[in-house]
Amino acid sequence: MTSTSPLLSEEPRVVTAGVELFADALAAQAVPTTQVDWRPPVAGTEADLAVVMGDPRRAASNRTALERMLRSTAELVDVRPAAEVLGLQRGQFLHAGPPITWERASGPMRGALVGALLFEGLASTAEEAEARLVAGDGIGLEPCHRRGAVGPMAGVVSPSMWMFELRDEVNGGTAWCSLNEGLGKVLRYGAYSAEVIDRLRWMTDVLGPLLQVAVRRHGPIDVKGIVAQMVQMGDEGHNRNRAGTLLLLRELLPDLIESGSPSREVAEAVRFVSGNDHFFLNLVMPAGKLQTAAAAGLPGSTVVTTMARNGTDFGIQVSGTGDQWFTGPAQVPEGLFLGGYGPDDANPDIGDSAITETMGLGGFVMAAAPAIVRFVGGSVPDALRTSRLMYEITLGENPAYAVPILEFRGAPTGIDVTRVLRTGILPQINTGMAGAVAGTGQVGAGLVQPPMECFTGAIAALAAAVGDDD
Amino acid sequence: MTRHVELRAGAYHDSVTLMQVSRSVAGEPGVTAALVAMATDLNVDLLAGMGFDPPDDAGPADLLVAVDAADDAAVAGALARLETALTERSAPSAAGFGDAPAPRTIGSAAAGSDATLAFVSTPGAYAFADAMDALESGLSVVVFSDNVSVEHEVRLKDEAARRGLLVMGPDCGTAAVGGVSLGFANVVRPGPVGLVAASGTGAQQVMSLLDGAGVGVSHCLGVGGRDLSSQVRGRSTLAALDLLAADDATELIAVISKPPAPEVAEVVRAHADRLGKPVLFALLGPGQPDLTAATKEIATAAGATWQEPRWWPAPQERTGTYRSVRGLFAGGTLCDEAMLIVADALGEVRSNIPLRPDWALPDDLRAPGHLMIDFGDDRLTRGRPHPMIDGALRSERMLAEAADPDCGVLLLDVVLGHGAHPDPAAELAPAITAARGRAAEDGRDVAVVVALVGTADDPQGVDRQAASIRDAGASVHLSNAAATRKTVELVGAPR
Repeated sequence: MTSTSPLLSEEPRVVTAGVELFADALAAQAVPTTQVDWRPPVAGTEADLAVVMGDPRRAASNRTALERMLRSTAELVDVRPAAEVLGLQRGQFLHAGPPITWERASGPMRGALVGALLFEGLASTAEEAEARLVAGDGIGLEPCHRRGAVGPMAGVVSPSMWMFELRDEVNGGTAWCSLNEGLGKVLRYGAYSAEVIDRLRWMTDVLGPLLQVAVRRHGPIDVKGIVAQMVQMGDEGHNRNRAGTLLLLRELLPDLIESGSPSREVAEAVRFVSGNDHFFLNLVMPAGKLQTAAAAGLPGSTVVTTMARNGTDFGIQVSGTGDQWFTGPAQVPEGLFLGGYGPDDANPDIGDSAITETMGLGGFVMAAAPAIVRFVGGSVPDALRTSRLMYEITLGENPAYAVPILEFRGAPTGIDVTRVLRTGILPQINTGMAGAVAGTGQVGAGLVQPPMECFTGAIAALAAAVGDDD
Repeated sequence: MTRHVELRAGAYHDSVTLMQVSRSVAGEPGVTAALVAMATDLNVDLLAGMGFDPPDDAGPADLLVAVDAADDAAVAGALARLETALTERSAPSAAGFGDAPAPRTIGSAAAGSDATLAFVSTPGAYAFADAMDALESGLSVVVFSDNVSVEHEVRLKDEAARRGLLVMGPDCGTAAVGGVSLGFANVVRPGPVGLVAASGTGAQQVMSLLDGAGVGVSHCLGVGGRDLSSQVRGRSTLAALDLLAADDATELIAVISKPPAPEVAEVVRAHADRLGKPVLFALLGPGQPDLTAATKEIATAAGATWQEPRWWPAPQERTGTYRSVRGLFAGGTLCDEAMLIVADALGEVRSNIPLRPDWALPDDLRAPGHLMIDFGDDRLTRGRPHPMIDGALRSERMLAEAADPDCGVLLLDVVLGHGAHPDPAAELAPAITAARGRAAEDGRDVAVVVALVGTADDPQGVDRQAASIRDAGASVHLSNAAATRKTVELVGAPR
């Protein structure tokens, strides 16, 4: 105890939690008082919460986790085939979310896997592909996250697909993501018709190599810098990536033109990228993967490092418990539907794109993207409220991603399992909705949350790990 | 079935608006499907997919309206809905941006303010997490909550020590920092005496009597009733002593507690000797001075001339024979002090917080002879407000005692100050009148003696409270010890 403690020397300013009478008594004494809108934690978690809150490693580990997340950088350094960068063999496929088997896979996940087999020439018809997947014959499935990659929606990655390669030089990390196919009938939404497969072929034959040449000519592209700008230009990095896509194109255009490729191919590629407002999503996601992976594996840390869905389960990973998944049933998003589709047509939540929320973007900075608040069924005040609420469950703010309308407050960063359970506030995710039937494609977009089981499971494991000598 | 398809050239609306409009049109009675969208290639394909014949010459700047409905009337209804939906959307919202949500944790509240202190009164099962959050946010914390385990108490106090902070509590009813009352505390004049208190109502008695003697208090740092136990080992007491030693406003320090565990007492006394400021001990226990006597010592050391605390005699002369004492208390320490005095003079006192285990009351809290109940005990406050806030339970018991021929004197405490009932006399005076009336029905006189802990500056006003309570038929004493001695005198008087 030192004499510099402000406790006795300064006029008391008090934060109160609990019985309101005492806050009122302080207010009656003209003491500046902040009353916490306190509620009991999620039922049944109080014992585990107490153990974890008492873990002497927690505060320091969480501080380290946040520091690493905030200093994380993300540069696009190359574009290469998955076989080359991830070591994927013929017949091996990555998918979004926690591990899943064909038996438990939802419609869009199955559709995307069927499409991937067709694309890789492992089957010539959908029926044949399905039969091979049912039999598991020479087919291997594993989560993208296990190999340091991320994939939107079904997130299916096959050896021939080209991947963005991003580096975090500060923390020494690498992450990968496939190239975005556009909207409508696309593989990641579970569609596998001829046009889908043809587009994938073109992306492999033309777009990937062209981007590789351009990126290599250009040198590393500062993706974190573009994300910072897009958040100030009305993108939230999950459901709106329009500004980011244009900024990327602006960066790459001279090198595309000077790549020596036929102008027809360059024009085709530019038309494709500029016609797809979500092209840049597949760069925000690996930037998020780099950021959150930097915080992974810190004993005692309660920071969420992954939120991902496979269309059946929602899974999270937490720094202090390493690679362990905590899962619960994926929810059906609430929002708006395209054309004649309705809630019955929608598949439960799917995709690794919730990495954007895990890094503090997407639903967490909804306030930055008023242009799309109605797209997910909300209003501008809703968006502000949602973003402000996310500060209640995060450890800090990321000054790199500043939200103008919140007086340039940094993005809420570092979801803390203990805060989620103490407040009962779940992370808010903006997401696209896939059709439940394989081959349908996108049916809408909306808002979704993880099931609380993910967090109750995590706190039990964190509590069990207290006292470990690691 | 009626199908309606039209193209409105140049009527641009954004896609989100149109998705919402589509939804409201599709919700009209009799409508089976509806699409309101700009006529992009994608949407024209969608229209075809829904079984409509797409119009020719559709372009992305044109608004496509397609309705599939039961009959013409339903189509008309759908189109009317379309018009209102489109107009509604273009009307500006007057809702503004809304307020920021209230903070949901102490950490969040602390991050958004320049707070110096946290006050936690959440239920015991959750209080540890909230208190830890406060410490991690750099705030010293008053833990008013009870039912916090001693292991958690030690963990909190170790964390506080590591961070140079103070934990006041758990089960800290009373604290005052720089003149600000936290929890239950009396309004006292500022002055040179710094208090370290392991007892809530004990601290309130000492503060109030000091104020009555013209001696002011700099701070009162509560430490929780278990702080001087062998498990907690005075962790907060030592930290509070250091804080007061370093505080310019404090010239004299007093520690108010039950007698500490012997090995802890040694540590605390040794620590106190090194502070460079005088430290007095008010340790309530057998053979120790009562709180009033201890306060006299403190006041005298602070240079004041001591006068016995004020009291107001009962309005009627007490002429009855008074067989046994029934003490009904809101303050645990005041109950303890009264039991020590009565037991010393009259012998066995049964209680729910007994001085000796064999004096424990049965679960129904009934027994013949001298008896004292602490209504603030955990077992009697579960799911109810503290008796200092709500005296209903005690009022019931007063009436029951009045009907018991064995009951001679009702000894009661009333504690004023911040946090307490805004007008306890208004609740207690009728209860006194009723109890005395009930005894009178049986031809008996029940004497009522009230210990009133309070100051002139308390929101309830000590003189006003004393007057109302006395008018109901009680004698009123600002010293709990004096009130108890009055009781002993009544019972011990020759019959």
